[in-house]
Amino acid sequence: MVFSLFNYWVVIVLMMAGFYTVIASGNLVKKIVGLNIFQTSVFIMYISVGKVIGGTAPIVAANTELYSNPLPHVLILTAIVVGVATTALGLSLIMRIRQAYGTVEESEILDISTREDEAG
Amino acid sequence: MLSMTAIAVVRLRSLFGVVMLFGIYSLLSALIFVVLDAIDVAFTEAAVGAGVSTVFMLATLVSTGREEKPSRYSPLLPLGVVVVTGAALVWGTLDMPHFGDPGNPVHVHVADRYVQVSPTEVGIPNMVTSVLASYRGYDTMGEVIVIFTALVGVLSLLTIRGHVTVPRHRTTGPDSRPYPVLQVMAMLLIPFILVFALYVQFHGDFGPGGGFQAGVIFASAIILYALTFGLNDAVALVPVWLIRVLAAAGVLIYGGTGVVSMLRGANYLDYDVLAHDPVHGQHYGILIIELGVGITVATVMIGIFFAFVSRAEGSR
Amino acid sequence: MIQDHLAALQVVLPLLAAPLCFLLARQRLLAWLLTTLVSWGCLAISLALWWQVRDGDVIHYAFGGWDAPWGIEYVVDRLNVLVLVIVSGIAAITFPAARCSVEKEVPEDRQGLLYTALLLCLAGLLGITITGDAFNLFVLLEISSLSSYTLISLGRDRRALTASFQYLVMGTIGATFILIGVGILYMLTGTLNMADLAVRLPALGESRAMQTAFGFLIIGVGLKLAMFPLHLWLPNAYAYAPSIVSAFMAATATKVAVYVMVRYLFTIFGPAFSFTEMHVQLLFIPVGLIAVVFTSIVALFQHDIKRMLAYSSVAQIGYMLVGIGLVNVSGLTAALLHVFNHALMKGALFLALGATCYRIGAPLIDNLRGLGKQMPWTMAAFVGGGLSLIGVPLTAGFISKWYLILAAVERGWWPVVVIVVISSLIAVIYIWRVVEAAYLQERPDDAATVTEAPLALLVPTWILVLANFWFGVNPGALTALAGDAASVLFGGYTW
Repeated sequence: MVFSLFNYWVVIVLMMAGFYTVIASGNLVKKIVGLNIFQTSVFIMYISVGKVIGGTAPIVAANTELYSNPLPHVLILTAIVVGVATTALGLSLIMRIRQAYGTVEESEILDISTREDEAG
Repeated sequence: MLSMTAIAVVRLRSLFGVVMLFGIYSLLSALIFVVLDAIDVAFTEAAVGAGVSTVFMLATLVSTGREEKPSRYSPLLPLGVVVVTGAALVWGTLDMPHFGDPGNPVHVHVADRYVQVSPTEVGIPNMVTSVLASYRGYDTMGEVIVIFTALVGVLSLLTIRGHVTVPRHRTTGPDSRPYPVLQVMAMLLIPFILVFALYVQFHGDFGPGGGFQAGVIFASAIILYALTFGLNDAVALVPVWLIRVLAAAGVLIYGGTGVVSMLRGANYLDYDVLAHDPVHGQHYGILIIELGVGITVATVMIGIFFAFVSRAEGSR
Repeated sequence: MIQDHLAALQVVLPLLAAPLCFLLARQRLLAWLLTTLVSWGCLAISLALWWQVRDGDVIHYAFGGWDAPWGIEYVVDRLNVLVLVIVSGIAAITFPAARCSVEKEVPEDRQGLLYTALLLCLAGLLGITITGDAFNLFVLLEISSLSSYTLISLGRDRRALTASFQYLVMGTIGATFILIGVGILYMLTGTLNMADLAVRLPALGESRAMQTAFGFLIIGVGLKLAMFPLHLWLPNAYAYAPSIVSAFMAATATKVAVYVMVRYLFTIFGPAFSFTEMHVQLLFIPVGLIAVVFTSIVALFQHDIKRMLAYSSVAQIGYMLVGIGLVNVSGLTAALLHVFNHALMKGALFLALGATCYRIGAPLIDNLRGLGKQMPWTMAAFVGGGLSLIGVPLTAGFISKWYLILAAVERGWWPVVVIVVISSLIAVIYIWRVVEAAYLQERPDDAATVTEAPLALLVPTWILVLANFWFGVNPGALTALAGDAASVLFGGYTW
């Protein structure tokens, strides 16, 4: 019983590590890395769902009866692409932010913005 | 091991180290995907997570600096949020179907058709490809559009500069010295990478692979070229206008296939009507749309990389 | 033949126009023309779909010819056709105005990309609304999100970049939460099709995994619809985006998210699970009411009028949440009506501001002084939109607030009524600040003399303003549609 859910628990630990990095880190690059970890752990969750113990990869082969479920694999292929697209866009925003503000630390940007807002 | 890497990422302040660890993390998860029978996914995760994403992150670090400053906020609030979320998930798992049991709902509903009927209905042995390209082909078209959107976004933020005022034959990495040995090695490797990309592209029906993985591998060959010979030469090889045209063309090939099936009286993206009998039609359809995927993915990755390196070189 | 494919064309048309527009990006005029024509095409398609489902029929469209649940399907019913019409309608009105405003605010070489991103965003939003597949929704959500981040980052101010990044991080967290929720639902049922989920979920009985999935989906969608206190990304995003983008997104993006929420609560989980087992109204009512009061007050203190309107948007979302949380047919009707009417009023207000920005640059309240004489039509349009926002009788805003109050009275929840009235009074104050500056104060001597905004901006603005009054005076057809949709949703409706 415990073992059969162990996989999910590891995934949850990973998820939360990524999630924590996103919301607690002040550095924008590290936030993006955190997002990636968060997403990758969700991918592992999906793939775990698709696994059949004793099954093989879902490619037709002689004398195999039991295959793992191909659907989660497809979903995750799509999600990986979405992830890299988001990462690329986020990183290019970071480069522009660095050019505009001279820093990629959230707190320093916040200080500059607050001053600007007060100036009107 | 995965958890240890992830926690190290949280703790580490050196961004360079963080990015490297992230690459390792991706590779480890790719290994896990292999263990869980998801070969296609493992392939992609290794190429994207450990490959392309890491390269993008490194290119960003060149222009943003490598050290993280300590945060002045207390980590307690985020920690609280995370613990609550995690606890909710653990609480939810207690009811979940057990890992790997063939009697789980996911295996007996919907998926059973993919596993049992798709080899005859769609006619190709790799079920992942038939679900990806045919049953859920519209999702895959969405995914191509997402990656295309990323190119639109990156180009509207950064400009690709073909003629940077950096001398020829310099690397784009932090250490800018010419590397003749590396260049020769790269010249030897690149043709093999390109051939491998083509193999992956057209072999996706039978084994793991397909347009997406092939596109990334193809792009990595060009990226290797750009790294060893410099951006100017690479842009001369793959000009910016070509990237724009091909990225859009890939999407149009995919979407156009759907329009053709519509004109032939079937629903959007129904490949059955593309040839005289349905199984052949499926074959052609999958081949064509995988080509569209490959073209768009390769050009978008190259385009994004060029844009990143232009910025990185410009900032030095 | 073509009428059978309308559901697919609704999304495929803008989706495939986007790469064409990308190829035309250097010819700015052509790119804009294409974008405008496509938005009109989308409106025509959505009106045709409305015609097809007006009697309560439901259209199913199977992509690739694979029937659901094996393939992906699009479903059109009276609930989402309302959202389709409003999204494509706002696009058809704002996109023609884009050229003028974008020429002024965005560098030349980025304009073609902006139009491409607008098309992608439109396609994504329409797709989210029309899809009948939970995972397809995630993909289309990401198309619309990535294009929104792009659109916002094209704003002139450098704060647009940080606003866009903040939205990217929060939006991605939201999307990942949705992904987790959908993953758990898939794990439990083996299906991704919404109609199939709706059949299979109740059969599970009480399941903690299902409750967890519910929580993750509510928070994920809540991030996207800027549910208080997850709204932090919204004010900056709308304030610093190019004017035309603010007008389009403020009128459509959060509305689509509200639709997704309604679809999950009522169609997929079913009202019995959402309200009787999970008691989601205990979340929505307080959160909605706090949003209504708190963000209205914050709006009072903004110098930047765009930011002020953005905060007011969060407040308006609060009304919709309260409407859903009242758990009766009239409450849901009010929420749906407000989705429609709020799109009309915010579209009109942001477009009027866009016209103002065209002449004076930053829309700070001090810069508006004395503009009433110099830009009479623009300012009058702003006042018209403002009256609707407040909820003055004979405007569209009044209709939805009236239904909301009726629904609260039906429940006997008088405090809700009081809070709705109070927040409307606060809206009077923040709209009055603008009126006072524009009409009662003199234009400072050092301020440049400006003239009326160009017709290309004024005409779309006034179309929306007049629409506010039209639907305020003739609410019949719309309330009937929303009422039908609401009662069907409560009636244990499955697709």
